[in-house]
Amino acid sequence: MTVPFYVSPEQIIKDKADYARKGIARGRSVVVLQYDEGILFVAENPSRSLHKVSEIYDRIGFAAVGKYNEFENLRVAGVRLADMRGYAYDRRDVTGRSLANAYAQTLGSIFTETAKPYEVELVVAEVGQSADDDEIYRLTFDGSVADEHGYVAMGGQAEEIASALAASWRSGLTLDEGVRAAVAALGAAAQSPPGPDQLEAAVLERSRPRRTFRRLTVDRLAEILGVPRPLPPAAGVADSPDEPATGDSGDEAEGT
Amino acid sequence: MTSDRVRGLPQSYMAHGSSFADFLAETGLVPSRVTAGEGSIQVPHATTIVALATADGVVMAGDRRATMGNIIAQRDIEKVFPADEHSVVGIAGAAGVAVELVRLFQVELEHYEKIEGLPLSLDGKANRLATLLRGNLGMAMQGLAVVPLFAGFDLDRQRGRIFSYDVTGGRYEERDHHAVGSGSVFARGSLKKLYRGGMTTADAVMASVEALYDAADDDSATGGPDLTRRIFPVIAVAEVDGVRMLADAEVGQVVEQVVAARLTSPDGPQAPLPGRSL
Repeated sequence: MTVPFYVSPEQIIKDKADYARKGIARGRSVVVLQYDEGILFVAENPSRSLHKVSEIYDRIGFAAVGKYNEFENLRVAGVRLADMRGYAYDRRDVTGRSLANAYAQTLGSIFTETAKPYEVELVVAEVGQSADDDEIYRLTFDGSVADEHGYVAMGGQAEEIASALAASWRSGLTLDEGVRAAVAALGAAAQSPPGPDQLEAAVLERSRPRRTFRRLTVDRLAEILGVPRPLPPAAGVADSPDEPATGDSGDEAEGT
Repeated sequence: MTSDRVRGLPQSYMAHGSSFADFLAETGLVPSRVTAGEGSIQVPHATTIVALATADGVVMAGDRRATMGNIIAQRDIEKVFPADEHSVVGIAGAAGVAVELVRLFQVELEHYEKIEGLPLSLDGKANRLATLLRGNLGMAMQGLAVVPLFAGFDLDRQRGRIFSYDVTGGRYEERDHHAVGSGSVFARGSLKKLYRGGMTTADAVMASVEALYDAADDDSATGGPDLTRRIFPVIAVAEVDGVRMLADAEVGQVVEQVVAARLTSPDGPQAPLPGRSL
C-alpha cells in the first residue's frame, strides 16, 4: 500500500480557493444595483439565450458569474425551491433570505466536501415594498454570504467596477441613471464601455404586481445609453449603412 | 459523489427537467391520493363555464355558484383563472380538486417558463393540462371528476383558441365557442344563436353573460347574476397584450343591461327564422 503525500488542510483550502478565484476572474462581470423603483441587473453578456441574470420568483432575481453549467444548476435549483415553497405554503412565504441560505449551504458543502469547488459567484436580490426593504445577498464559491446595500459587482474586474460604482452610485438613482452608471462602471474596467448588444439587463420593478422581473431589450438599452440601435444579427444579407433602421422591434421579446 | 454527501439543496433540485408536476412526483411531495372507499361523499361542485373566440382573442366567463347536492355551498366562488400571461382556465366539477388542479397548472406553466427561459406554446400548455387531468382519473372514478376548459391567445398563430377536456384527459380543440359544467347544455344552445364569427370582445362579453343567464334559467346548479349582492360572473379576456380579468364594475354594467332586456323579453334575444323577419 502506498502512503499518500501529506497535504495540510490549510493548503487544501487555499488551493481550492485559488482555483475558484482564478476561474471566476476569467469571466465577464455583472453589476447589481438599487435604483428608485427597484433593483437593476446589468451583465456583460453577448449571448441572447444563455442568461446570467434570471427570474427566480415574484420579487426575487438571480445573477451569476463564473462557470455557466455550475451556476445554471444552482439557478434551476433555486427556481425549484421557490416554486415548491410557494406551492406548498403561499407566494408571500418565498423569501430571498431563505434562498440565499440554501445557496450558502450548498456552495459551502461543495467547497469543503468535493475535490473541485464551484467557480461561481452569485447575487440573490429581493425587491421590497420600499428601497429600505430591498435585500441583496452576495454569495461566493465557499458559501460565504454578504448582505449588500446599494450596489454589488462580481466577476473578473469586480474591484475596479466596485470602485467606479462607489463614485457614481447614490440612493434614488432613476432607472436610466442606474443603467448608465452600471455600464460606465463595466467600461471602466475595460478599454471602452460595452455596447447594448454586449449587455444583458433586467430589473425587479417594485410597483409591478406579482412577477416583478422584466428584461430590458437591446433597443431599450440603446435608447437609455443614447447610442444607435444595433443592427439585428445578420440575416444572411449585408445591411447597407445608409438604410434607415426602421421598426421591427417586435422580434425582441420583452417577456418576463 | 453521492447525493447525501452534499448538504444544502438536495440533488433532486439540481436534476434535469422543466416540469414542476414531475418534480413533485419525483421528490414524493405529491399530496397522497385518495384511494377507493365505500359509498360516496358530498362535496361542493362548480358548474358552468363558457368561452368564445373573438376577433382579438378569447373571452371566458363562469357563474359564481357551487352546489353540494341541493344546497348552495358558495354563492361567490371563482371558477375562471388566469393560467399565465396569455391563457385562462375555467373549471367545472368537484371544486376542491379543481381549484388545486388550477393552482398546480399555474405553477407548472410559470416553472417551465422560468427554467427554460421562454413560455410553452399554447398547444404545449393544453397538453400539459391534459396530463395533469389524467392524474386525477382515479378520483374521477370515485365521483370527484374535474372538467376544465382552457383558452388562450396563440402568439404563433395570432388568434384565440379554445380547448375542452374529458375526465380521462382527452383534449379537444373547439371552434368558435364551447361550454362545460352542469348548465353547459343550455349555455351552448344560447351561444349557438348569439355567436357571430369575428365578434368584438365587448359583444362576446355580452353573449357570455346571456349564455350564463340562460344556463342559470334552466339549471338549478348554475347561479344567475345576483344584483342584490352585486355578485357577477367572473370574466377573463386573453388577447395579444395578455390576460385581463374584467373588473366587477365593468361586468356589472353588462349584467344590468342583460337583466333589463330580460324584463321585457324573459327568454332573451330572439333569433330570426330563415326567410322570415322577426
